[in-house]
Amino acid sequence: MFLLDALSLAASESNLLAAREQMAFTLAFHIVLSCLGVALPAIILLANYIGLKRGDADAMELARRWSKAMAVTFAVGAVTGTALSFEFGLLWPEFMDRWGGVFGVAFAIEGIFFFIEAIFLAVYIYGWKRLPGWAHFWSGVPMVITGIGGAFSVVAANAWMNQPQGFTLDAAGKVIDTDPLKVLFNPATSYEVPHMILAAYMVAGFLVASIYAVGMLKGRRDRLHRLGLLIPLTIACIATPIQLFVGDTAARAVADHQPAKFAGMECIQETGDHQTEYVGGICTEDGVKWAIPIPDLDSFLVGFSADTEVIGLQDIPPDERPPANTLLHLSFDAMVGIGTALMLLATWLAWVWWKRRDIPRTPWFLRAVAVSGVASVIALWCGWIVTEVGRQPWIVQGYMRTSEAVTEAEGLWFSFSAVLILYAALGTTAILVLRGMSRRWREQGAEPEDEGPYAPRPSREAGA
Amino acid sequence: MSKADAAAAILWVGATFYALFGGADFGGGFWDLIAGGAERGERPRDLIQRSLTPVWEANHVWLIFILVVLWTAFPPAFSAVMTTLYVPIALAGFGIVLRGAGFAFRKSVVGLSERRAAGAIFAISSLLTPFFMGTVVGAIASGEVPADGYGAPFSSWLAPLPLLTGALFVASGAYLSAVFLVGDACRAGEADLERYFVRRALAAATVAGACALAGIFALHADARYVFDRLVDQGLPLVIASALCGLAVLAVLLGSMGRKRPNGGRNRPVGRGLLRPLSAGAVVAVVWGWGVAQFPYLLPTSLRIDQAAAPDPTLTVVFVVFGIAAVLVLPSLALLYTLSQRDLLEHE
Repeated sequence: MFLLDALSLAASESNLLAAREQMAFTLAFHIVLSCLGVALPAIILLANYIGLKRGDADAMELARRWSKAMAVTFAVGAVTGTALSFEFGLLWPEFMDRWGGVFGVAFAIEGIFFFIEAIFLAVYIYGWKRLPGWAHFWSGVPMVITGIGGAFSVVAANAWMNQPQGFTLDAAGKVIDTDPLKVLFNPATSYEVPHMILAAYMVAGFLVASIYAVGMLKGRRDRLHRLGLLIPLTIACIATPIQLFVGDTAARAVADHQPAKFAGMECIQETGDHQTEYVGGICTEDGVKWAIPIPDLDSFLVGFSADTEVIGLQDIPPDERPPANTLLHLSFDAMVGIGTALMLLATWLAWVWWKRRDIPRTPWFLRAVAVSGVASVIALWCGWIVTEVGRQPWIVQGYMRTSEAVTEAEGLWFSFSAVLILYAALGTTAILVLRGMSRRWREQGAEPEDEGPYAPRPSREAGA
Repeated sequence: MSKADAAAAILWVGATFYALFGGADFGGGFWDLIAGGAERGERPRDLIQRSLTPVWEANHVWLIFILVVLWTAFPPAFSAVMTTLYVPIALAGFGIVLRGAGFAFRKSVVGLSERRAAGAIFAISSLLTPFFMGTVVGAIASGEVPADGYGAPFSSWLAPLPLLTGALFVASGAYLSAVFLVGDACRAGEADLERYFVRRALAAATVAGACALAGIFALHADARYVFDRLVDQGLPLVIASALCGLAVLAVLLGSMGRKRPNGGRNRPVGRGLLRPLSAGAVVAVVWGWGVAQFPYLLPTSLRIDQAAAPDPTLTVVFVVFGIAAVLVLPSLALLYTLSQRDLLEHE
């Protein structure tokens, strides 16, 4: 009997690990595409607007190309997003069973936003040739609004997992009443939602700009490249300082509402005031090793005074402490570090632009922009690691442990392996396809190709 | 009607739209799959791509709508289905990812071999995805999903009724798609493609009808509760579906034998009714299924009222549905109108 119990316990632990890995991997994949879905429309419409308003053919061409690229990223994002909604049930059935009726309202609302976004995206992407210019521009505007609305809904659901409220439980723990407005507007919504929307604009802006920076470093210094760099970079650089402010607020709110998460990400062991801020390093139970310590700064950042008390991990019950403290801590530091570096980049651009209406002349600026895209994606992933790993062992903070939520079904490692292979192929192909499109555009100029799905070669081809 | 029943009706409305538009998109992939070599299949594939490209993503969102309404309004049913039928659901999930990616990639690459590879992935997953979705619906109807979930992971859906339902999903999608494509070919003035899809619509209609008929026998054997209600309360819908199906067959057969003077421009009798009639046949089946398993969400282990989320949550579902009716349906109508008037591109 004991052996059987031990075996089933091991099996459920194994399931938990597999489910968490699969969820993390598929979310990390999807979130990049979501950022593009949320923020690319605004970037494209800005180019479109400049093109229409000033009769700028280069800006129009950029908008057209970006929308064709978005057709690919949106399609992959739509299907990987659908896969996530399958995974909610396949991996976390107990979570859905118990809480679907509570936080589901956020997804129900998201459904509407996503629907409208998909419809107008199609009108916009495929309306270039035959819709009149301004009508076509306006057909794209709903994408911007629904992208932000969709991000609000999904992130509100995640915020609810961090700050659950708006429900009544009976003695058995079953949800018997809900208050959807309190679910949607839980305390974490106020900082998680703007943090993510700004992140989306930064990721999309820096990613697109970085592609043109690479092109310029390769000597393609035409007006198209300059504009292709400046339009997305401007948007990202406007989002960056706001993001630093929002992120700072978010960290303080986490310290307040989720002390275990905060202690984990800052490697704070013992509760007290005058807490040292550690930059980098390895977290151990005896404190941080190989870090750069800045005395009192952590307390100061939390409460604007070195006398602020910050809760340490040792005051958190051992079974409620987040795992992988070093990962949490380094992720948090990497996110803040990259955000700060991007802020410097934005300041540099703003300064030089203010001085002489031009981008900095040194190739180091282009090099910095060239890495900013990947850097912003890494910061995005690090932020989600902090949010999600930092909430562990809870799936719904204080109410349900992730281990209680996971499925008892078999074959999870098998499905995770299949997902890994599929997504690796998907990601590689998507990048190759986008690169192929860009190469074609360079070779053909503004000439769009107009063929059916299978244009046969002149010579006869054997059947498929 | 109770609030829970109304929420279930909303679920069925979503399923109806998905069966019609998502189903037709899967069917397009099916015809693409069997269109033959690159040269022979070029024109039908081109027509399929033209009619699918601007609309498939919007059509796909109905699936998200169904999932979201299910887990929000009826969370225990969602998790019971997921923990029992995870094998076909995971396979359908893989199919969805491959299909969307394959379709998007095919439009965006130029080399023949790349297009062929992406196209093959799109087309094969267009066949497998609706099949596995059908087995899920068949397994639910045959009462294989216990209210607490964790039913038999394989025998629940590897049984006659689920497999037949899977085949029915594929066939009815192919049937709807062929009928829609007849109209598209007619509009494009491509008389030979029109005949091409009339023949295929006939074949698919016959297979779908046979699957539906065989399904009724399988229901009799494996799902007595659903069968009894289907031939009682659901009978008008069964008859409606059969009549619509027969009318479609008649119109298609009528237009097959007809010689078409002046370049195939005149429309055969009843051609305008093809789309509504074929849609009617499918809609009647979807609602027949719903009526037949009422008041159960999972026959006969979980009733609609037992599975329903608290009232305020259901109210949100109604509000969302109302907004969808006011905002999404007109937007969809706009998209379809633009697409049908050839105001949208397809590359």
